Amino acid sequence: MSANFDSSTHRTLTLTARLLSALHLDGPLFAGLLAICAAGLGIIYSAAGEDLGMFVRQGGRVVLALAALIAFAQVPPRFLRMIAPWLYGLGLVLLLIVMGVGDIGKGAQRWLDLGIVRFQPAEIMKIAMPLFCAWYLHERPLPPSFLSVVVLGVAIAVPTAIIMEQPDLGTAMLVAVSGALVILLAGLQFRYIFGVGALVVGSVPILWNFFMHDYQRQRVLTFLNPQSDPLGSGYHIIQSQIAIGSGGVFGKGYMNGSQAQLEFLPERSTDFIFAVIGEEWGLIGLTTLLLMYLFVIARGLYMAATAQDTFARLVAGSLSATFFVYVFVNTGMVTGLLPVVGVPLPLVSYGGTSMVTLMAGFGILMAVHTRRSLRSREL
Amino acid sequence: MARTRRIKDQHAEGRVFMRRTVIAGGVVALCFAILIGRLTYLQVMRYDYFADLSQGNRIRIEPIPPNRGLILDRNGVALATNQPTYQLELIREQVPDVDMTLKGLVDIGLLQPDDIARLHRVIRARRSFEAIPVRLQLTEEELARFAVRRQDFPGVEIQPRLTRFYPAGGSAVHALGYVAAISEEDKAKIEEADYAGTTLIGKLGIEGTYETELHGKSGFQQILVNAQGRRVERLGLTVPELSRKEPTAGNDLLLTLDTRLQKVAEAALGTNRGAVVALDPSNGDVLALASTPAFDPNVFTRGLAVGEYNALVTDVDRPLLNRALRGTYPPGSTVKPLFALAALEYGVVTPEQTHFCAGRWSSPGYGRVRRDWKPEGHGTVNMRKAIATSCDVYFFDIARLMGIDRMASFVSKFGLGNPTGIDIDGERSGIVPSTEWKKRAYRQKEQQIWFPGDTISVGIGQGQMLVTPLQLASAISTVASRGKRFQPRLVKGIRDAITGQTRELAPTALPPAVLADPAGWEIAIGGMIDVANAPYGTARGAAAKSPYLIAGKSGTAQVFSVASNERIRKAGELAERLRDHALFVAFAPADAPMPKIVVAIIVENAPGGGSAFAAPIARKLLDAYLLTPEELAAQEAKRTPAPVATSRGD
Repeated sequence: MSANFDSSTHRTLTLTARLLSALHLDGPLFAGLLAICAAGLGIIYSAAGEDLGMFVRQGGRVVLALAALIAFAQVPPRFLRMIAPWLYGLGLVLLLIVMGVGDIGKGAQRWLDLGIVRFQPAEIMKIAMPLFCAWYLHERPLPPSFLSVVVLGVAIAVPTAIIMEQPDLGTAMLVAVSGALVILLAGLQFRYIFGVGALVVGSVPILWNFFMHDYQRQRVLTFLNPQSDPLGSGYHIIQSQIAIGSGGVFGKGYMNGSQAQLEFLPERSTDFIFAVIGEEWGLIGLTTLLLMYLFVIARGLYMAATAQDTFARLVAGSLSATFFVYVFVNTGMVTGLLPVVGVPLPLVSYGGTSMVTLMAGFGILMAVHTRRSLRSREL
Repeated sequence: MARTRRIKDQHAEGRVFMRRTVIAGGVVALCFAILIGRLTYLQVMRYDYFADLSQGNRIRIEPIPPNRGLILDRNGVALATNQPTYQLELIREQVPDVDMTLKGLVDIGLLQPDDIARLHRVIRARRSFEAIPVRLQLTEEELARFAVRRQDFPGVEIQPRLTRFYPAGGSAVHALGYVAAISEEDKAKIEEADYAGTTLIGKLGIEGTYETELHGKSGFQQILVNAQGRRVERLGLTVPELSRKEPTAGNDLLLTLDTRLQKVAEAALGTNRGAVVALDPSNGDVLALASTPAFDPNVFTRGLAVGEYNALVTDVDRPLLNRALRGTYPPGSTVKPLFALAALEYGVVTPEQTHFCAGRWSSPGYGRVRRDWKPEGHGTVNMRKAIATSCDVYFFDIARLMGIDRMASFVSKFGLGNPTGIDIDGERSGIVPSTEWKKRAYRQKEQQIWFPGDTISVGIGQGQMLVTPLQLASAISTVASRGKRFQPRLVKGIRDAITGQTRELAPTALPPAVLADPAGWEIAIGGMIDVANAPYGTARGAAAKSPYLIAGKSGTAQVFSVASNERIRKAGELAERLRDHALFVAFAPADAPMPKIVVAIIVENAPGGGSAFAAPIARKLLDAYLLTPEELAAQEAKRTPAPVATSRGD
């Protein structure tokens, strides 16, 4: 009996491993992502107030995102490297089009309507930016020269500024971070890092006065003192902390979070879904989720570290680290560590666009990783 | 270092990248540690604090107003009940923009534009989480109109409430009073916690005076609310345990009023201005208390528009005035039996001592020549006949013999000049003039002098003497019961809402009016019997074919001025307003040691200008109270065309 079972299990495992390898998928990373998506779907059902329609739509998006992952995993890294500058150019052009004739969606100009599909060009940039930066650096000697840093600095700043103007501070930041991470990982000298750091700090007053929207300024002010406007912009922060804090260690139980179920918590199925988990599943639930994220990030960084050429490393490292920034900016915001920036909790928050982009990114990561041996033989 | 083209060193780059990746991993680990630390702080260290906040977020304490006690007449007929209605309530802290919300309610026709300023004041005065009624008694159609736009009005809800309802409309309204929205002055008087959720409070009458008995105490319940403040039944999958404290309902009041008699009184007064008070002399029970014109108290519970209220207040007929308690009238000849008793008490005349009445009277030092109401005079009269014929000359003379202060002190023993102490507020004391009174009433020395001629006017119930219909009924009740005095009362029992037990209230006896010679009572009562029964009685028709013995006394109060109401300017109406007030007091059965009922009737500016109008009203009341329904029907049949013959005037 036991032997039979073992052998059948073994057979299944072997089959799975073969399937994964045939699809150029990384088993551990894929499993981690699936776990997060599954947890996310469960949370959505509760956070959406048992709205089966939302649950089903989100399930559809998960399927779509996994399809994107698998599709991108099939793309040979060399091809990606080849199209990187073109993809970047396309993203920039689309951003400019949106800036000119963008469809008004959610009060901000960020959507491009292609008849059946509406998408945000900024999402293309999330992928195109690390690819472009890695493409630019991979032929050049590292650590990057001053000139390279300046060129890439401009290449990062232009789309970032456009996205910020849409205005979408969260995406702009992620795009900028994904580019900057490539440069950092490429071995940017610490003197540049501190120099840029000083520049950023120095430019804060200028940004504050000339580039930030009133609502963005308000968010920062509210972050510094949420109680100053408890029913206005401080409301989100206060309510989400109440939700998390009142969850305690074990939580109030699935679908029993009063903050979420009674709608005290705003944007409970999108940006603030982390607070719903905290309220209903407590510290244990949040820690479990964070460990899942940590696993995915660690696996991503490991894959980057074991990559065999500069382009692959930089892309893989940037995508993994950007995913971490994604997680940290959202959770930091919801727990009151960071100002409110409209960044969803990756793979869990309700909504499709960012999930598809993220999964596409993980697809690229897997494509890079699973072709190592192949590439080394080629070399 | 020279600028040379560097060669790509894959190996070195790999080492650098590895170092950077390790740093990145360290940063990631550090950030996750910070996050977990933050979560531990929020969920473990500050758990109690946030748990409390979350509890406060979803649980709201909602008051449950108590059911107001019922008001029943002496036979259990409901005079004031509670009726389910729907009202619109607003909770300020849940309304994003109070101004817009109120305007929106005006737009859909649920509020009048005039209401807005008043509601703003009310809303500002109340606490932000209190439900404030903005519109009472919605109709079905209005309910539907609000229901379809409910989404546009967060913080505004329809609440079913029990509202006061007076089934008989304006009947007995001056005894019952009414309920209306709680005013700021009211709030100073009440315990706020007991009134949480209550929107109406008793004003005037029984409703006002017995407010504490009727109201009860509010209860509370915890309710689960969502972020919009709307009540929800369940939280996710669970229905949480919520605490509830039941309200204490108000107690029911059993009145002394007899609805049947009350209706007879109101019908008899008809469209005239006037008042009727009927008392049970054996205990002070107020059997009927009517004041016309009346008003419908139900309009106050639904909330009056400013215009409607002004119309009530400025109505020249003053429907809001409780004439039975607050109307003060010269008693006219109805007070003569009291002065006759006074004359006996002070020994200024004997009952049989006769006066000759030639229709005019004068005495040195007493001013102008006075005329009797009957120009040719009444001839020789003793005390009993003087009462029966209402001979003014006789009473001029005994007034002169007694002097004003003795007259005043005697009638005061019957309660005149002081509130009777009836168990509802607002009663006026009237005036019993005396030298003492005049000194108090006037500031200037020359006005304080008492003139002997003043005494003579008071002798026939004129001059400055003023009584309320209630005082008059009470004083005559003392005569009818041979000196027994009770505080008039409207409430005879209180039924406890919880136990259902009725506590009967004992009548409040007052110090009796004692005569040195009790035989005097029979003289005064005899005179009053003759008023209604003797061939020379001033109201000899009033007792026609009565199966019981009626005693009565007519009176006419001259209207000297209409200064009290300057709005009356039109000539025709002026003439009407100058007509005399007709008065009549009566009791029956007059041959019983304790008659069953005493009535006092005043009809302002009576048609025909005399007491002829008031006596038949008294008869109707006595019949209604003393006869069985069969007897009453027979009486009606017999009475048909025979006119009630009374002499004109007193």
